[in-house]
Amino acid sequence: MPFIPHTDDELRDMLATIGVASIDELFDEIPDALRIDGLQNVPAGLDEAGITRLMTARAARDDGAVSFLGAGAYEHYIPAAVWDIATRGEFYSAYTPYQAEASQGTLQVIYEFQTMMTGLTGLQVSNASLYDGATAFAEACLMAVRANRKSRSRRILVSRGLHPAYRAVGKAILEGQGIELTELPLRDGRVDVAALPADEKPDYAALVLQQPNFLGSIEDADALTDWAAARDMLVIGVCNPLSLALLKPPGEWGEAGADIACGEGQPLGIPVSSGGPYFGYLVCRDKLVRQMPGRIVGRTVDLNGEPGFTLTLQAREQHIRRSKATSNICTNQGLMVTAATIYMTLLGAEGLRRNAGQCHANTRELAARLAALDGVSLAFDQFFHEAVLILDRPVAPVLATLAEHDIVGGLDLSKDYPELGHALLVCATEMRTAAEIDAYVATLAQALQDSQAA
Amino acid sequence: MSEVPENLKYTREHEWVRLEDDGTVTVGITDHAQQALGELVYVELPEADTELGGGDACAVVESVKAASDVYAPLAGTVSAINEALEGEPDLVNNSPYDDGWLLRLFPSDAAALDEMLDAEMYQQFLAESED
Amino acid sequence: MRESLIFEQSRPGRRARAVAGDEAPSVGLAAAQLRAEPPLLPEVSELQAVRHFTRLSQQNFSIDTHFYPLGSCTMKYNPKICNRLAMLPGFANRHPLGPVSHGQGFMECMYELQDMLAAVTGMAEFSLTPMAGAQGEFAGVAMIMAYHRSRNDHERREIIVPDAAHGTNPATATMCGCTVREIPTRADGDVDLEALRAAVGPQTAGIMLTNPSTLGVFERQILQVADLVHDAGGLLYYDGANLNAILGRAFPGAMGFDVIHLNLHKTFSTPHGGGGPGSGAVGVGEILRPFLPMPVVGKRDGEFVWLTEQDRPQSIGRLSAFMGNAGILLRAYVYMRLLGADGMRRVADFATLNANYLMKRLREAGFQIAYPERRASHEFIVSLKDVARDTGITAMDFAKALLDRGFHAPTTYFPLLVPECLLIEPTETETRDDLDAFAEALIDIREQARTDPAQVREAPLSTPVRRLDDVRAARQLDLAWRPAD
Repeated sequence: MPFIPHTDDELRDMLATIGVASIDELFDEIPDALRIDGLQNVPAGLDEAGITRLMTARAARDDGAVSFLGAGAYEHYIPAAVWDIATRGEFYSAYTPYQAEASQGTLQVIYEFQTMMTGLTGLQVSNASLYDGATAFAEACLMAVRANRKSRSRRILVSRGLHPAYRAVGKAILEGQGIELTELPLRDGRVDVAALPADEKPDYAALVLQQPNFLGSIEDADALTDWAAARDMLVIGVCNPLSLALLKPPGEWGEAGADIACGEGQPLGIPVSSGGPYFGYLVCRDKLVRQMPGRIVGRTVDLNGEPGFTLTLQAREQHIRRSKATSNICTNQGLMVTAATIYMTLLGAEGLRRNAGQCHANTRELAARLAALDGVSLAFDQFFHEAVLILDRPVAPVLATLAEHDIVGGLDLSKDYPELGHALLVCATEMRTAAEIDAYVATLAQALQDSQAA
Repeated sequence: MSEVPENLKYTREHEWVRLEDDGTVTVGITDHAQQALGELVYVELPEADTELGGGDACAVVESVKAASDVYAPLAGTVSAINEALEGEPDLVNNSPYDDGWLLRLFPSDAAALDEMLDAEMYQQFLAESED
Repeated sequence: MRESLIFEQSRPGRRARAVAGDEAPSVGLAAAQLRAEPPLLPEVSELQAVRHFTRLSQQNFSIDTHFYPLGSCTMKYNPKICNRLAMLPGFANRHPLGPVSHGQGFMECMYELQDMLAAVTGMAEFSLTPMAGAQGEFAGVAMIMAYHRSRNDHERREIIVPDAAHGTNPATATMCGCTVREIPTRADGDVDLEALRAAVGPQTAGIMLTNPSTLGVFERQILQVADLVHDAGGLLYYDGANLNAILGRAFPGAMGFDVIHLNLHKTFSTPHGGGGPGSGAVGVGEILRPFLPMPVVGKRDGEFVWLTEQDRPQSIGRLSAFMGNAGILLRAYVYMRLLGADGMRRVADFATLNANYLMKRLREAGFQIAYPERRASHEFIVSLKDVARDTGITAMDFAKALLDRGFHAPTTYFPLLVPECLLIEPTETETRDDLDAFAEALIDIREQARTDPAQVREAPLSTPVRRLDDVRAARQLDLAWRPAD
């Protein structure tokens, strides 16, 4: 019996100890009308070799494409040590460190993670992570509404340069509490500073800025932060953590810095794996710590005065505050945070900076080469590691042709940004080789030529 | 046994109220309440000038294992808060009726004070809830 | 035993060299956009990093190393093969927005997982996108609210929860803009029907229930509860935290539940990972189908496709940037295919057997069982109230003393209804020998509590640290390391 250790003798003895004749009798409190004989429409079990054959074949079907797709999930090289260690049973099969003395490994990893995230973002307090970048954004908005006692507004001003899926998630999570997201338009791929609301005291709790934004462009974060701060709005920066090895951290934006930084932690050692599991990070100023949702680890001392780690500020959380908790969240993405902490340790600041620089350089190379083709032009020129190309024809059929050649050519922006026309978002991380970039350029050139001819 | 000073008014939510000479009232939590909560680690207070309705949640007292709302015992405007609690929340544990006060209110209707429990009634209330 | 912080092992200029690219490429960004100082990250060798994190792992209790009877958390064995297959390069390297032509293998797994989850719960359809139980709860209550709104029934904003409920239930209701009404539990562990009858009305949006409940007993009047709530116009939400107790034995769908979330990290054995990632797939009956969160995998002309808000305009929308914790869903899929129909029924059979056996052993040893007249579900509650009264040794002391005896502690102080409680969930994957040893350990601690209580209060002594000062942790917040000036 898979994973069940009982022998027939043990089963018999245990039933006798309980004082029942059969296992069936243990379910006699379930009303007759509800008891079922077994499961229908579920296949019979497979053995380990059988499931391995099945899954290996299915994984192979999806394998082999070269991806130039980013849009919130980025393929980076992950050192072997990262997942070798993260999937050790002691990390993999432990639970939330409620018994601190039996969980110092997990707790210290989280404390080190929190430290690293404060370093990357230039802010002071990190939590132990949230589900993903989109939900971290939604929680940051909730935090801002709770924390901004000056405005007391339930509206948030959000750049149209924020990931469209994040905006959708924000709407789904926030609308039940009557929090409204207002979109700030873009111009030339960036927030249009001239189109900012003119009134001196606009009714918003916070401004949300993605940096670099969804289109890859670099925003004028200093000016926008100062504009918002002057109007009693909190500033939330949504940042790719890898970019922060290179770019000015949110804590240093403008005169006073952003108040909250959040985003998707996936670029820090997590495979793209169809969208998850990833982790969201959330970091804030010292004074907002009580509004922080999720778990937080603190360093303290034990009975002998020796340093140790424990979950702290738990009274904010759902298991104590119930309907008055800061959030219903009761987990973090512990395993992903473990991997990310090992990843950041192995790369260090210099490794991350070089990596970020390589991604930037590769994407510049790719964008320049593609834009040199007939019928392709570069939309905006200030970008980090993603760029928007404008084609002279609809993007979807072109991507389909590229896919036939096992090239995932990028993201068709026509649905989310129709104002850009036939726009394609491309990304070349450090993983993409010169030969792969050559192949993309040649294949796209051919595809454009063929469809022109057709 | 917890201490219940004679000169104060009390609520069933374990707050105490003291009428001051200037017409304001001082609000805190009782010795019984601080004992039940255990060592406080944080006190969240409203901002000065906040207008409160009677029974509004106006502060939070937080220990390691619990966080409890404090309700405004009567309607009014917050005239002062105990800023010392920010750095020393344990003042509430060590001196609930004195240094550990939470906030002062300008009551909009001071007559509401008369409807609160006096020390004897509160003591009786505590004894009943023990059972 | 103390492992120093990785930052304390750092030396300027030391490199792990795990990543190629020695020369920083020239950067085409304006100086004003760049950071002035490098971020605070450690500089260590690869071996230092490997040793550090390996040593830290050894400071954890885990299922792989210890019996872990944490009630309500279903800490069963996580089969190694589930992890290995989910990490196959074809799955790990597939971009979430990649073309469906290059995702058919993955999508077929998800399509079948949706169907299997519906089949084991008796629901009509599943969405896999919620990333944890609490997000599944959010999806469920949001769907209930969307349903009432779609009928122009805007007055229904109250969610009923039993007083024994998980804290997430009321917290979720608040996040969905609802108010919460608690109803009491009777002394026998079932919901107080009269209180429920008095609570329901035109303001009732729904009720959130766990069955078997957090008290470790099956709610016997579930059909009456369902009728009462439905007759009042409310819907029923099933918190699937305890599905392990009835898998293959009863369908939540047949009990009258309209929406359900499952904790795949409990019943379907995906890893707890030191506190996540979880997965909180949501299932619905027919009336809530239009409101399911997107995306969902569909099938058209033999090809697997993503259904989105365009296909389901009444959907409550998106809860994650992509499609949720895909890699966790793959692990759950592998687990379900390994067990098959019979294997899944055996899960509930043996989880229930182990719980009832351990409960009987402890009862015979004189421990106070919270609901002695009831069958245990897959878990049960011991109250140490009498021990605490006689010896001063609390449930927390027992928890710490268990660590010294090589067992992870059960859940303590939850549910809140039972004083000095231990909520014990042994799961189906533990041997009788381990259950016996655990019972002996509890007996031994009780004995020590009577003879040498001071010694019990000292526990744990064998762990890397002793009891920690939680008050100091909360008063003098130290949440990140800072270099000494």
